[in-house]
Amino acid sequence: MQGQLNPDNRYGEPKVIDACSLFGVLDTTGRRFSGHGVFKAIANMHDRSNGLGGGFAVYGLYPDFADYYALHIMFMGPQARSETEAFLNVHFQVFHAEPVPVRAAAKVASPPEIWRYFVLPRRAESETLADDDLVIHRIMHVNTTIPSAFVFSSGKNMGVFKGVGFPEDVADYFRLDEYLGYLWTAHGRFPTNTPGWWGGAHPFNILDWTVVHNGELSSYGINRRHLEMFGYYCSLQTDTEVAAYAIDLLVRRHGLPVEVMAKVLAPPLWDEMEQLPPKERELLTTLRQVYGSLLLNGPFTIIVAHHGEMIGLTDRIRLRPLAAAVKGDMLYLSSEEAAIRLVCPQLDRVWKPRGGEPVIGRIGTPMALPSEGSVQNSKVVLR
Amino acid sequence: MTSTRQAPATTQAEAHVQAPAYSYPMPSYLKPRFRVEIEDRRCIRCQCCVEQCSFGALFFDQRRNEVGTVEQNCVACHRCVVFCPTQAISVLRHPVEYRENAHWRPEVIEDITRQAETGGVLLTGMGSDKGWTCYWDKLCLNASQVTNPSIDPLREPMELRTYLGSKPDRVELDPKSGGLRTRLAPQVMVETPILFSAMSYGAVSINVHEALARAAAMTGTLFNTGEGGLHPKLYSYGKNTIVQVASGRFGVHPEYLDVASIIEIKIGQGAKPGIGGHLPGEKVSDDVAFTRMIPSGTDALSPAPQHDIYSIEDLSQLIHALKEATNYTKPVSVKIAAVHNSAAIASGIARAGADIIALDGIRGSTGAAPKIIRDNLGIPIEMAIASADERLRKEGIRQRVSLIAAGGFRNSADVIKAIALGADAVYIGTAALIALGCTECQACYTGRCAWGLTTTDEKLTKRQNPDIAAQRLANLLEGWSHEMKEMLGAMGINALESLRGNRLHLRSVGLTQQEADVLGVLQAGA
Ligand code: SF4
Ligand code: SF4
Repeated sequence: MQGQLNPDNRYGEPKVIDACSLFGVLDTTGRRFSGHGVFKAIANMHDRSNGLGGGFAVYGLYPDFADYYALHIMFMGPQARSETEAFLNVHFQVFHAEPVPVRAAAKVASPPEIWRYFVLPRRAESETLADDDLVIHRIMHVNTTIPSAFVFSSGKNMGVFKGVGFPEDVADYFRLDEYLGYLWTAHGRFPTNTPGWWGGAHPFNILDWTVVHNGELSSYGINRRHLEMFGYYCSLQTDTEVAAYAIDLLVRRHGLPVEVMAKVLAPPLWDEMEQLPPKERELLTTLRQVYGSLLLNGPFTIIVAHHGEMIGLTDRIRLRPLAAAVKGDMLYLSSEEAAIRLVCPQLDRVWKPRGGEPVIGRIGTPMALPSEGSVQNSKVVLR
Repeated sequence: MTSTRQAPATTQAEAHVQAPAYSYPMPSYLKPRFRVEIEDRRCIRCQCCVEQCSFGALFFDQRRNEVGTVEQNCVACHRCVVFCPTQAISVLRHPVEYRENAHWRPEVIEDITRQAETGGVLLTGMGSDKGWTCYWDKLCLNASQVTNPSIDPLREPMELRTYLGSKPDRVELDPKSGGLRTRLAPQVMVETPILFSAMSYGAVSINVHEALARAAAMTGTLFNTGEGGLHPKLYSYGKNTIVQVASGRFGVHPEYLDVASIIEIKIGQGAKPGIGGHLPGEKVSDDVAFTRMIPSGTDALSPAPQHDIYSIEDLSQLIHALKEATNYTKPVSVKIAAVHNSAAIASGIARAGADIIALDGIRGSTGAAPKIIRDNLGIPIEMAIASADERLRKEGIRQRVSLIAAGGFRNSADVIKAIALGADAVYIGTAALIALGCTECQACYTGRCAWGLTTTDEKLTKRQNPDIAAQRLANLLEGWSHEMKEMLGAMGINALESLRGNRLHLRSVGLTQQEADVLGVLQAGA
């Protein structure tokens, strides 16, 4: 019943479980930089993954095609590409198509054929949906009806690269050393109940939103049922997917600011709310009353990114690690502090964000150092 | 009126009494169900048991200087057993054996016999004893191992708090100020998702009502007045009160609606779907009459339907009339019996504007109901709650209502499984009475409850001390709440809302595929 469409879940489990390493870095001036440090950092957390999945999201990736949706598609069968391209040609204007360049010698497991397409949706006269929604619909169509094709990246001027292997090897395979971006996130996967599948690696992507995630949501069942009520079909059966859809619903469709969204996914305890001034208390109480089914319960750390913004968040009792650090205009987020220090030994500040307290970095907004109150085990590093 | 048609279950003994010649007495063929044995060596002739037995099963035989028994009258309430200071009393199954017969069981034979002697509708009390499949017993709960940690509720916060009331799909903020624009419909907070089910004053004694109200206040939850009004001395517990508006409209007046936290329209009840509450005149004491606003000693018979609700739009009008009458300050609940199409009905009720829907399953209890109705009408609450939750989600309107499940909840595991199936909270009635001494003797309809629960007899009522009774009820809720926290923690969840409707934490054992599909659960091991 479940998992028929999902090669990542070949035993048909209700969901796929994994643990992970996460890393993210943002230059708040928007300057693009090479991902060498990112590869080094995520490789330093090698033991947190087991070779069954690694991946990267890069923002500011395709400045020459910045106005087109960049679709990264993997093909796992002989007919998949021709079938998919036939569909693309009907429903999209394809401005450029090419195989994603790879280094064949890299240590990854049985890579599929991967292409990228720079497209805009074609619209019928009568079409009322916004471009973004059209693109989502059509990608869902490919992913659910063409069995051996999978669109795993669909934003503009950004891209996801992922596969089965250790993250550093996946970076090598996709020749990521040749790209520049102003925001990078990285993920190393340690799945427990799947042998791994290229499409099942992280980051998870929908339009320009990406999520990398470490943890296992005990609330998955109800998060998923709630999202289904709003038309989200959770085909991958991963926690990351429900986290991404929840964020999409809250931020894109319900128009909530990221800070407020974080309070839905990881709300304060009822008792904590009672200590707050009336206005704040009312807002938080209302959010939790209305969005209780979207509380992500159980251990998680996520790094969420979209254009211009990177957000780190842990569950409200902080059952998964997250270290944050600032150096000049750079914001670093990582599962382990050591990985940050490896690539940037002199930091202005390193801290462990409190459970449920988001760390938000924005382009054009210099990183504010966190106040003492919102920091656990804070230590100021003197230069 | 009803008394002439009802078959008293306990008076066969009188049938043997010599009757006047013009009316030949019909001898009763009924055998006693229980044997009361009083061990002579232990008995100190204190006659305490005789005093305690309100069913006329014990008397003191002066001539023999011993306690005599009229075993036909014994209902196995255990009042005498508990109160005998020397533990001299045993109540045993009466050792009359029938020849084995799977179809014509002793109960079937006795029911036919009783009706042959009375020609009436057989009455009974409490919930069905027919052993309908209990799906709670076929659902296993999950626990965290390795890939996510379990949470220790003794060391970490664990939240059971629940808000009952209609919620919108989304929260809207003011784009300029970032302030809250959404105004929620009225919400009522409970600290534990266990509420006391409707038990009317009249069906139960005033002391029981008071104990329920006080226990609800002590534990931060709600009690339900049932359909007999609310005695003014309990108005101070209004914050913890759900008031019912039933087909008889007993005790409904503006102040009654105003003091409550929630108003519940009672359409049906799990123990007797499709028929109204019946309170025999003998139970309508002066105080009950005053509270219900009817003359003392008259039968209080609620009509089967609400005569102003013959369709869903009529229900909608009553919902809005009650909201209007209370200035939209409190949620309105609609309680129905779980029946074949209750999922579709629930959807209609949600669309009719109710804030809460209470579903009461086939194992739900009653003070008095025709036995044939109690044992055959309705469906199990597990199926009803699962299908209602699923239907409301399919229609995208689950947020609009809170769901309360009722009907035979025995322990905290039943409660937590109901929440996992999709209930927001549960009602408990029988379990609360058991906490106060009830032994499920099913004699409530006689009004002679020896535990002072389902009676308005002044002397029997005094057997419940509201101080002690409230404490026992609060203890029960606290115990269950602690256990629920333990189970949540084991599942790696620290807020109840993350379990609500989260059926992945349930697995079935021994169910057919179709049963599992209706419950929306996977087979264990799958
Ligand atoms: S009816 Fe109750 S009190 Fe009376 S003899 Fe039987 S068990 Fe004892
Ligand atoms: S409430 Fe009283 S009469 Fe009714 S079953 Fe319980 S003990 Fe028996």
